[in-house]
Formats: sequence, structure tokens, C-alpha cells
Amino acid sequence: MLEIKNLHARVEEKEILRGIDLTILPGEVHAIMGPNGSGKSTLAGVLAGREDYEVTQGEVLFQGKNLLELDIEERAREGVFLAFQYPVEIPGVTNTYFLRAALNAIRKHRGQAELDAGQFLKLVKEKTKLVKLSDELLKRPVNEGFSGGEKKRNEIFQMALLEPNFCILDETDSGLDIDALRIVADGVNALRDGKRSMLVITHYQRLLNYIVPDKVHVLAGGRIVKSGGKELALELEAGGYVGVGGAR
Amino acid sequence: MASEVHAEMITSIQASAKQAFLDAYAAIEGQDVAPLIRRLRQAGIASFDDLGFPGARDEDWKFTNLGPVLRHTYQTAAADYGLGWAEVPGITVVPLAWAVAERPDLVEPYLGRVADHRVWPLVALNTAFLTDGLLIHVPAGVVVEQPVRFSTGTNGPGAWHRRVLVIVESGAQLTLVEEHHSQPGDGTLTTKVTEIVVGANAHVDHYVLQDESLDAFYLATLAVQMARDSRFSTHYFGLGGALARHEVRVRFTGENSEATVNGLYQASGTQHFDNHTVIDHAVPHCNSHELYKGILDGKSRGVFRGKIDVRKDAQKTDAKQTNQTLLLSDDATINTKPQLEIFADDVKCTHGATVGQLDEQQLFYLQSRGIGQAQARALLTFAFANDLIGRVRVPALRRSLEERYLQTHHLPATEDE
Repeated sequence: MLEIKNLHARVEEKEILRGIDLTILPGEVHAIMGPNGSGKSTLAGVLAGREDYEVTQGEVLFQGKNLLELDIEERAREGVFLAFQYPVEIPGVTNTYFLRAALNAIRKHRGQAELDAGQFLKLVKEKTKLVKLSDELLKRPVNEGFSGGEKKRNEIFQMALLEPNFCILDETDSGLDIDALRIVADGVNALRDGKRSMLVITHYQRLLNYIVPDKVHVLAGGRIVKSGGKELALELEAGGYVGVGGAR
Repeated sequence: MASEVHAEMITSIQASAKQAFLDAYAAIEGQDVAPLIRRLRQAGIASFDDLGFPGARDEDWKFTNLGPVLRHTYQTAAADYGLGWAEVPGITVVPLAWAVAERPDLVEPYLGRVADHRVWPLVALNTAFLTDGLLIHVPAGVVVEQPVRFSTGTNGPGAWHRRVLVIVESGAQLTLVEEHHSQPGDGTLTTKVTEIVVGANAHVDHYVLQDESLDAFYLATLAVQMARDSRFSTHYFGLGGALARHEVRVRFTGENSEATVNGLYQASGTQHFDNHTVIDHAVPHCNSHELYKGILDGKSRGVFRGKIDVRKDAQKTDAKQTNQTLLLSDDATINTKPQLEIFADDVKCTHGATVGQLDEQQLFYLQSRGIGQAQARALLTFAFANDLIGRVRVPALRRSLEERYLQTHHLPATEDE
């Protein structure tokens, strides 16, 4: 599904990613953990196509294609989805209008017919159940006036609707209370179907109690310093990042 | 040297244009019109003769050069104003000339008295050519649920001097929608004066859709007088015109009143939009809210000038003014200037102007969901405009504006969601 080879990236003059190697197979859920400033969100941004970052070395293959050559929207249409740490508010555009435009752009790319308003609403009804998002929130402008939990649920709802092949969850647990976390995790788990892959980025082990990963990687200083099974997350919880090799 | 020659050229264009309008006035001077109209015409032409066309030295016209308008000559358009309106029970909607003849008692106290021809040159010009127009009268206590709508159009080139008088008596309520269109290729000049009298406890919501053709010149003045405990809102949507100046002048004459003055314009090519507002807090305890938004593309130019006068006695005034401009091209320009003149000491006045491009974070968010860059930009531009469209309280107008803006930006229709 995704193959990252020796990825280096910088912001302005500062090198943040310093040689990442990571392979994710179809259906796998990988977690990336690491202290603040280790490069977790940079990795998410580089994969989604954020233009603030400059890739200086390495390559990323996504389903055999050179991901780094694709525009932001082309990556999304090919099936990459980033659930934002800080979802962006867009006053003046309703959630439904935005999502129909997005879904139709993706469907068009896949050679599927665009959905009319009626068909779209039917699909939306089905998907909202997953994360318990109210109709009222859908009619509101994108993320405007949403609580932190509602924003994160909206991200997972979009994920369910757009049916990506590869999802990046960037600190989806941040700012969520335990009930909201459970709803979000249930939504994510419902989307695990043995084919869809996920990269779950988090600072805390807590999220991984609910979204149980196949593999856990520790990122420190722009490199993966340790990889292991789900039990690695528990070790980190007990010992902190200090005990992990390479962390500063 | 070069600029002096240029200034002289403009002055001579203004002088010959002024003469052309004085000649045009001479041609209609002998018309058989009602005494009130004759009196107003005479007063108007005298003021116009005195004031002339405003030039670059006139502070109120510093960034809008009337040269392109005055380079042409115009025949005075026929009295047929192309006014169309719907009958609404309980109120009077009639041609102004008819009202002047039949109901002088109603018209005389207000016509030509809310919009001051003695100091505003284009009001003077419009008044000099006053022939007909529209009177809307809502008697005391009458609440009109259904919006009153009228539209104007042109059927040939020339100067169209339009006049509207709206009298909403105490405790009455009115929603008024104006639409202005013109034929492409006619290169028309429209001067328009709308006088609105808002009685005590009255409530008026007013909307203007300026959809003139791209070769038309549009010079409009909205003058509003508000009695105590009244509410008034006006929303201008500027789409057309080679040069469009929309002036709003609101005067509080009674306490505890509230005015909302909003405007949205979208310009491309070489269009020039000038929005000029003056809120006169002449009495205490009144609130005014102002929000103007401009979208400028191509080599278009925008001008916003917002004046708020708070007079010495106008304590407890609360005035807020905001001007936001979206520049979509490097060649588009905006001149924006708030002007607050505050002579009272216990007031709250705020103003703010922002000029910017589309938000990168929002663009990234939309694109990361598969929306192409061009469509993402269009969607955010629409969103910027929709902030004001969403405030329209007439559902049919709101929907048609929404569709119009979506179409302009090649975005799919909303349909019913």
C-alpha cells in the first residue's frame, strides 16, 4: 500500500525528517508515537502534500505510484486521507455542499457517476450513524462553531464518506474526552475492513487502547528509532520516551 | 508637467460634460410638469451649475475619476423608466409623477429633502432631470409581510435619471427589493436617487441588486432619514457596471434607532466599484453596523470610503464599521479608508479594514479532500461572498443570489439539501 524510503524533509532551513523508512501493507494499522517535535505531524503533512515542507531526499510509493509527484487533490482522489489535528473552519460553505463537491471529485476520478443531492443525502444518512453526527451539524458551515469533539467526529465522518484506501490520523485523540474518544475510535474501527490501511499518529498510548494497531513505531529526531508490536506502546506508557534509543 | 496636462484635460472634459447637461436641461425646461417638480428641477439645475461634476480635488471623489463617464454624451432618456412592480394590498405603490399631482401633501415634505441637492452634485443632476419615478407609501401601523420588489431596465442608450421615494410611517414595516439591469451595448448612464423616510418605530429592510451591463455607468445615492425607535437595513449587491458608485447616507434624527449598512461587490476586468457611506449620528443612543466586502479580480479597482459622524450630543452611540477585500489578482487594487469624526465623549466606535488573498489553510483543507485547486479557490471566494448573501432575509432573493454567485464561479448548484 505505502512504502516510504529514506524520506528527508525540511521546513525552511530546518531538517525535520531525517531518513524515514516505513512499509505499510494493505489492511494494516500502524501507529507512530513520539515526543513533541519528533516530526510526527511533518510526516503526515508531507504525505498529504502540504506545501510548507520541502522533501530533500527519498521517495514515497503509494499503490505503486510516486506519491510525492502528485498534487494535493490528486493524492486525495487516489485514496489518501488525512484526518487533521486541527480541522479547518470554512465559514460560508455548508458541510454538505463541501462534501458533495469532494465526493463527486473523487467519484469522477474513479470513473463513477456523480451523485445528485438526493443520492448524496441518502449516503450521508447512512454514514453519519457511524460517528453520531447530527443533521444540524451537516447543514452548518464546515467546522464553524463545532466543539473540539464535533470537529474530530466530522473528520472521521468524512473519512467514512470518501472511502479512502489509506488514512492518516494526525493526533485525532488530542482534545477529546473519554466519551468522544470512544465514539471516534468506534468510527475508525468500523472502517477497518482488512484492505484499508491506516497510519495513526499520537503522542499518547491511550488512543491505542481503542484503536489497536498491528505495528507501533517510535519517531524521535526525525527517524524511526524503534518498531514493534502493539505491546511497544505499553512499554512507552510505562517508561516514557526517554528510555527509547535515539530520543533526546 | 505631464500630470498638469492630464489634470487640464480632465477639467475640460468635465466642463464640456457639464455644458452638455445644462443644454439637455434647457431642452426639457419648457415641459409642462407639476409645480413641485418644476421647483425641484430649477433648484437642482442651479445647484448642479454651481457644483459641477466632482473632480480629483474633491475629497469624496479622490479615487474615482468620472472621466470615462463624461467622455460620452447622453440623450436624456424618455420618461418611461421601465419600472415594474407588484401590487401589494394595504400600501401605495404608484408613479411618482402621479403622486406629485394627486397627493402633493404626502410627497412634498420629503421629496428632495432627504437627499440634499445643494451639496451632492449627482443628486443635483438627478433632481434637475426629475420627471417621474416611484413612490412607495406604507401608512402608519401597516405591516407588509410580502417584499415589495421593483426592477428597472433600459431600452436604449442615454442618461437615465431615476428617482424613488419611500415613506414608511410610524409603526409600519416594509421589505423593499430593487433590481437594476441594462442592455449590453447601450453604454447607459444611470443616476439614481432613492430617498427613504423611516418613521418612528418603523422597520425597513432594503436590498439593491445592481446588475447593470458591463458597459454601463451607475451613479446612485441612497439617502435615509430615521426617526426614533426605528430600524433600517440596506444590502447592496454590486455585480455590473463599467463604473459603479453606490453612496449610502443614513441620518439618525431620533433616538434609539439602529441601522445596518451592508454591501458586497464583485469586480473583474477593468470594472471600477466605489462604495461611499456616510452615517450621521446626529442624536444620542443610536447604533450603526456596517459591513462591506469586495472581491476584486483582473485589473479591477475598488474604493471604499466609510464616514461616521458622531455629533456633540450623540452620546451612547455605538458604531461599527468593517471593510474586507479579497484580491484575486496582482493587478487589482483597492483604496479603503474609514473616516470617523467623533465629537461626543461617551461613545463606542470601531472600524477595521482587511485586504487579503484566499486562506492557504482553507485551500489545503479543501484540496486534501479531493477538490481541485481551481474549484477550491472558487468555493472559498463564494464563501467570502456568502457571508453577506446569507444575511438576506428574503428567501427567494437569497437563493437567487446564491445561485448567481455559484454560477459566476462555475460551482455546482446547491439544490435543496
